[in-house]
Amino acid sequence: MRDQHQLRARLRGIGDGVATVLAVLSTVLVILPLVAIFAYLLIKGAASINLDFFIRIPKPVGEEGGGMANAIVGSATLLAIASVLGVPVGIGGGVYLAEYGRGTKLANAIRFTADVLNGVPSIVMGIAAYALIVMPQGHFSALAGGVALGIMMIPTICRTTEEMLLMVPHAVREAALGLGVPNWRSVISITVRTASPGIITGCMLAFARVAGETAPLLFTALGNQFWSTSLNEPIAALPLQIYVYAISPYDDWHRLAWAGALVLIVLIVLAVSLVRFVTSRGVLKGAS
Amino acid sequence: MPDIRIAQTQSQTPPPPQVQAKVSPEHSAVRRFLLARGNSALSDGTFHALMVLCALSIFGIVALIAIELLRGSRLVWNSFGLQFFWRGFIDPATGLPSYWDPVNGHFSALPFVYGTLVSSFLALLLAVPLAIGVAIFLTEMCPGLLRGPLAFLTELLAAIPSIIYGLWAVFILVPLLRVHVNPLLISAFGWTGLFTNENPTGLGFVSAGVILAIMILPIISSLTREVMTAVPHSQREAVLALGATRWEMIRMGVLRNARIGIVGAIILGLGRALGETMAVTMVIGNSPEIHKSLLSNGSSMAAVIANEFAEATSDLHRSALVEIGLALFIVTILVNAAARLLVWAVTRGAPAHAR
Repeated sequence: MRDQHQLRARLRGIGDGVATVLAVLSTVLVILPLVAIFAYLLIKGAASINLDFFIRIPKPVGEEGGGMANAIVGSATLLAIASVLGVPVGIGGGVYLAEYGRGTKLANAIRFTADVLNGVPSIVMGIAAYALIVMPQGHFSALAGGVALGIMMIPTICRTTEEMLLMVPHAVREAALGLGVPNWRSVISITVRTASPGIITGCMLAFARVAGETAPLLFTALGNQFWSTSLNEPIAALPLQIYVYAISPYDDWHRLAWAGALVLIVLIVLAVSLVRFVTSRGVLKGAS
Repeated sequence: MPDIRIAQTQSQTPPPPQVQAKVSPEHSAVRRFLLARGNSALSDGTFHALMVLCALSIFGIVALIAIELLRGSRLVWNSFGLQFFWRGFIDPATGLPSYWDPVNGHFSALPFVYGTLVSSFLALLLAVPLAIGVAIFLTEMCPGLLRGPLAFLTELLAAIPSIIYGLWAVFILVPLLRVHVNPLLISAFGWTGLFTNENPTGLGFVSAGVILAIMILPIISSLTREVMTAVPHSQREAVLALGATRWEMIRMGVLRNARIGIVGAIILGLGRALGETMAVTMVIGNSPEIHKSLLSNGSSMAAVIANEFAEATSDLHRSALVEIGLALFIVTILVNAAARLLVWAVTRGAPAHAR
């Protein structure tokens, strides 16, 4: 009887130990690819990055050197179009959810739809933008790519804006209204401004997310080996260029792909760290 | 039984008063009074309407995508109907079954549906145990000092764009699998017929599954972490007080209470895996064939759209690709909606939010 008890106790102890080891092991296994990805990006990217990368456009196959200046400018153009569309609409939606629709059925439905829309594959957004803009126009264009990215930004910005606005204390709003400020004025100058650090970081997060998107650009912006700043023509983009170079058979292009990936990841890590820093510090400490 | 327990645990721990005040659905009496004076009804009304419009645009986007996809896929719908998703053809030239033949105008989505399902389930098989392990470690075992940085690292994994995963997979992961892992798989499991030595490139379902697993891990583990932190401490303390070891506490007190949410997290991961495009396109091999062997080339729904859409040879070809996109859209919407509902069922009303 006693032996049995001791045996069971020991088995339970072993089970506990095994579970602990497995949990630690799985954490290590998950961190491993992350470390590997960053290590290879740093090693391979740093080896091939130079000034030319930022100021030259791609050279034809067989010629050494060349850079991705046009892709960097192209990505910036696409992001600018995307934010002109995505930021105001997204913030507006967030303001509605937090300030007007709080607790209503409509707001819940919108919140739910935004979350679901977040999970729709980006390539589907690309098809929609293609049907909306490329088909009627008859040619690929920067505009179509920007719109596809902008549509993707809306649900993300909407949800983060709402979360940030919910953190603004009621007293702040009531103080403004008590001074006789109209409601719309109090929303813009008091509530949104109080939450603005959080809203801006939310926008940056959405920015970082679409900056790396490739799939919706494949048949909207299409890519371009030359300088182009026209919104009506195909335009290069950093992730597109990385894709084209990565699946090409040339070593020189592979090096450029690694360099481009390094630039992209540095931008994204910066954005994510900034978001982390701002949200962990407590966005609204100064306000309340 | 467990359902009752969840209900009880939620009523036992009302959110702290501060939190409750923050999310209360009703405006306070003071605010209602101030709002009702209406000395700027016109501008207020306009602003309100504008904000509603922005919010409604989200419905608009979903409707727009649905309409465009339906319109674009009408051609294929009219000529193939639902058979598009399961019927193959016989190639007249070779007499072999063929599924995707843009030159002769034969289209069937079967190989792509197959590829998407196989690679996604492979990814889930690899990712789910690891993700739950990470979540357990981070919420229950991890020393406080490590928790922040580790959570940040897993978040970072989620922020890496899929093109970079693809690049890394093509140049690092695939050679690694080809040289070290695939021979092991063939010698150990070759008898099942699932691993055969026909494809020397290393591309294929296994490579796609592994890179997908790495990509969906962070989303599953962060949501699992969220539902696990929503389980109240009293549950853990009660189980520990009965003399349970830590693992028994996690199993009985935490995992059992959180399991609905964990299932939701897994389904959400599945949704991501189904729609993932670039990384899969780069490593799956892109051939519209159906093989039993997991080491052979295949293709997926998203991959075929990415590869062929810009260079579609005919209207029918493009329409077929749009129809695949429509299927992807509907499936991911359903999967995501189901997952969100499950996660909400657990975390709703719970005070803790660990994002």
